[in-house]
Amino acid sequence: MLYINCPHCGMRSQNEFSYGGDASVKRPELNKEVSDQEWDDFVYNRKSLRGKHLELWQHISGCRQWIKVERDTATHEIFRTFKADEEVA
Amino acid sequence: MTQAFRIENGGLINREKKLSFKFNGKTYFGYEGDTLASALLANGVHLVGRSFKYHRPRGFFGAGVDEPYAVVQLYRNGETEPNIKATEQELFEGLEAKSVNCWPSVNFDIGAINNFLRIFLPAGFYYKTFMWPKSFWYRIYEPFIRKAAGLGVASTKHDNERYEHKYEYCDLLIAGSGPSGLAGAYAAAKNGAKVILAEDKPRFGGSLLTSDVNIGNQSGKDWADGIVAELKTMPNVVVKNRSQIFGYYDHNMLVMSEKVSDHLPSTKKYHPNKRLWYIRAKEVLISSGSIERPIVFGNNDTPGVMLSSAAKEYLKVYGVLVGRKPLVFTNNDSGYETAIEFKKHGVDPVVLDSRKNPVSEIIDEAKNLGINIKNSYVVVAAQGYKKVKSADIASISEDKKQLGKIENVQCDCICVSGFWTPTIHLASQSGNKTKFKEEIDAFVPGQSKQNEITLGAANGVFSLEETLKTSFTAGSELSKKITENDNKIAIPNVVEKKSSQHDKFWCVPLPKGKNYKRFLDFQNDVAVSDIEIALREGYRSIEHVKRYTTLGMATDQGKTSNLNGLQLVSEIENKVVPAVGHTTFRPPYTPVSIGAIVGREVGKHSKPTRKSPMHSWHEKNNAVFVDAGVWLRPRYYRRGNENLFEGSKREAKNVRTNVGVCDVTTLGKIDIKGPDAAELLNRVYTNSWLKLPVGKARYGVMLREDGIVMDDGTTTRISENHYHMTTTTAQAANVLSHLEYYLQLVWPELNVNVVSTTEQWAGAAIAGPKSRDLLQKLFPNSDVSNGGLPFMGYMEGDLFGVKARIYRISFSGELAYEVNVESDYGNFMWEKIIEVGEEFNIQPYGTEALSTLRIEMGHVAGSELDGRTIPFDNALEGLVSKKKDFIGKRSLQRSAFIAEDRQRIVGVVPLDKQTSIPEGSHLVKDDKAPLPNPKLGHISASCWSVEYDNPFSLAILKDGKNMIGQKLFAMSPLKNKVIPVEIVSSHYVDPKGERVRS
Repeated sequence: MLYINCPHCGMRSQNEFSYGGDASVKRPELNKEVSDQEWDDFVYNRKSLRGKHLELWQHISGCRQWIKVERDTATHEIFRTFKADEEVA
Repeated sequence: MTQAFRIENGGLINREKKLSFKFNGKTYFGYEGDTLASALLANGVHLVGRSFKYHRPRGFFGAGVDEPYAVVQLYRNGETEPNIKATEQELFEGLEAKSVNCWPSVNFDIGAINNFLRIFLPAGFYYKTFMWPKSFWYRIYEPFIRKAAGLGVASTKHDNERYEHKYEYCDLLIAGSGPSGLAGAYAAAKNGAKVILAEDKPRFGGSLLTSDVNIGNQSGKDWADGIVAELKTMPNVVVKNRSQIFGYYDHNMLVMSEKVSDHLPSTKKYHPNKRLWYIRAKEVLISSGSIERPIVFGNNDTPGVMLSSAAKEYLKVYGVLVGRKPLVFTNNDSGYETAIEFKKHGVDPVVLDSRKNPVSEIIDEAKNLGINIKNSYVVVAAQGYKKVKSADIASISEDKKQLGKIENVQCDCICVSGFWTPTIHLASQSGNKTKFKEEIDAFVPGQSKQNEITLGAANGVFSLEETLKTSFTAGSELSKKITENDNKIAIPNVVEKKSSQHDKFWCVPLPKGKNYKRFLDFQNDVAVSDIEIALREGYRSIEHVKRYTTLGMATDQGKTSNLNGLQLVSEIENKVVPAVGHTTFRPPYTPVSIGAIVGREVGKHSKPTRKSPMHSWHEKNNAVFVDAGVWLRPRYYRRGNENLFEGSKREAKNVRTNVGVCDVTTLGKIDIKGPDAAELLNRVYTNSWLKLPVGKARYGVMLREDGIVMDDGTTTRISENHYHMTTTTAQAANVLSHLEYYLQLVWPELNVNVVSTTEQWAGAAIAGPKSRDLLQKLFPNSDVSNGGLPFMGYMEGDLFGVKARIYRISFSGELAYEVNVESDYGNFMWEKIIEVGEEFNIQPYGTEALSTLRIEMGHVAGSELDGRTIPFDNALEGLVSKKKDFIGKRSLQRSAFIAEDRQRIVGVVPLDKQTSIPEGSHLVKDDKAPLPNPKLGHISASCWSVEYDNPFSLAILKDGKNMIGQKLFAMSPLKNKVIPVEIVSSHYVDPKGERVRS
């Protein structure tokens, strides 16, 4: 079971969180013309990386904040975690 | 019965307490502190089971967790449990056990005929034989295999035992209480670290219980006892016996199974049977020791052949002689330790050592005691069927290929030692890449992957002095990092006998003209010849060889067999062992009972139960409940002998003619506040929300980004910047997360707060033509006329002194209202509605009537919003704004979503107006068409229309828009029904929606 450092609450076990997928996906702006390809990439196409991956988790049984977690998908190592509005350098 | 093989004195058993037990129906006696295995051996019982494939007689091979043979069916306190290792099961008064895998009895087993047919049962036999003809599989092969296989019978009764889960955190977790574990625990504890020390056996001390060593001028055992006693007094230390750490998971999470009650005749009141510990450790010390490995020779599975360390343990811990004429067969000094113990207890062993001329302190001691030692000698084959009677022995050449003249010597047991295999399972599970250590012919942990360190025998270090030194140091260093204390501990003086180098010899060659079975894996009957076949047939990867031959696959997971298997593969393949590699170590290390894994989450505790504040009223009024997600909701209120159909029909009819009340507390409710609340709703829902006035409700549909309907419900504007959203019962949690996702990540610029208020409000839907009259009586000071509170209107009211929210919304399609009060007043509200409603013939109605009412109105619910439909499919395209953007809008342009013949909701009526259509039935054009009959659509919901008194269903049908009036067939192969039907509008009752506005 992963041990995730919630930037709001501290170290918490994985069973307090729910997974939210790739955090690098940006939703196209509202009311903007979007090509089929762009929209498909946003809704469906994911890289499914092996290795370092920036992903979203929600601390549903805690502070209910969505957070960003930098995790290795192969080893499960967690490098850093970020608040929703934090820029990931 | 006398315990003929129990020595007069000695051992760690309690001779004051004699225990009786039964094995295969016969009564025996043992002592408190025995295992079932040691007690049987004390009584001279060596035959305990039959092997898995050939049904060869099986005895005891080990004395603990590594045991491949002695698996029994246990009977305790009216219950039975299979797959119990007799070597681990502690004896208690009245214990009963039986052999498994034999029929009719362990002494006369019909399956043993396989032993004589074994030439026909080589590796891969099942794969090759049971492939064809295909039709034979179910009728003949599978039942046969099922009867032949199995290591016992699972109980079919409800398990009355309790199992607990516990979460724990510590600085240092220590797996194993041998010298390494004790030293590490002691040093860390002295530095103030929070330590958990886990030992799988009942007694602490590991190898110190049986080895002849001296630590700090005490015997090893006395030193261990002293350390454990001191640790137990320290508040920062948890010391647990009978506790096996069986899994090492991510981020230093380890799981331990504590056997709380298995050693007792019955579980004590308020105690669990087992306790599963989830331990998050900052640091882990793996001190799991090592397991002796066998040397392979002919008939090496005969009862009486066992590990030399096990023979020593039976003698030193339990005071039991495993034989009176022992033969010790060894390639290292460990065999001599066992021989010396025999000699000290008046038994004359013969030692066969495969080495030519070994020299060491231990060997000198054996010689001084006058023990008969034969160098360059091996056991070629054991003789005897149900018990060893003699052994064929021979000298062996230096290259270990040529056997000398074979002699037969009398013996009643063969104690075998092929050196030691470190127990690296936990380290490997943590992700540690193991490495092969030439000096010990075994794998040891490599670079640490998580915060784990492996020390002592588990790390391939067999010197006690070095083990203690490294473990004390590690305990100090690891704890110093955490507690910043640095209490120096003097490392005690160690006296141990030095060993000589072991012989890299593991398998005795077959003598000319003999074809003895030489077993590698004892539990699964995998012999040397089986591995040879697998390799000859082209299996190369060790993982494939394992699966083809079942090497190392049984309940002991090859603890004694894996390395010899690798040696064999490496020899045949002419590769070094590390190039062959080992199979993956996966948790659990030992079998864990399913009950322990499940814990308390059984029966009604397998999920939470949520009840509305009106639950007790429903109970008192004969509600029949139904699970709605985790909620319990009244399905109908039974009157007299009514069944569900009759009761729900009565309730629905009463709504259509008088007035009914339904508990709608379970609906999800979300409070939305902030200046941008309207903007949020406008982006979340498909319809437009910016102009909704205060005091008005609106129905909305929300989509996922892929255009599929996610949920529907009404949202009401309570005040300028305050909205009350309702969701379906099932989607309440998902919708909240959905809103939070967009507010926190996508549109953080929106100034809005959302919070769940599902449990804060109790809700009652009042529906029916007389509902307004009732409402007026409930709220005499409010104007609830059609003008005062129009359809989709909202007002606050005073319900006999309780503040209430009144929404004029309708799911039933009738004139209807929903009244909310704070949850604590829910029951008060409900009783008032029932009391005041009496004069209007009010009846409560449950979910079944609620379904009927919504289905015949064509209102969609979860069965239509099933994660596969878009607004058009549900005839909701009128709610999709063309002017503004919203979540999922772009997806609605996908070609399949705008196809001319897109699926759509329709009504379905059976032509005979009698036959109810099963939900899930397929709609087809031709009921006689060959299979697979093309499916045009499916029945999503069915009811008995109370308006027309005939069956009515909703369906999602391809090109539904143009199918009205068509005649099709509803087919349910599950219910074996074919029903001719007519397609009608989904708005079966009141298609213009006049009633809700009346």
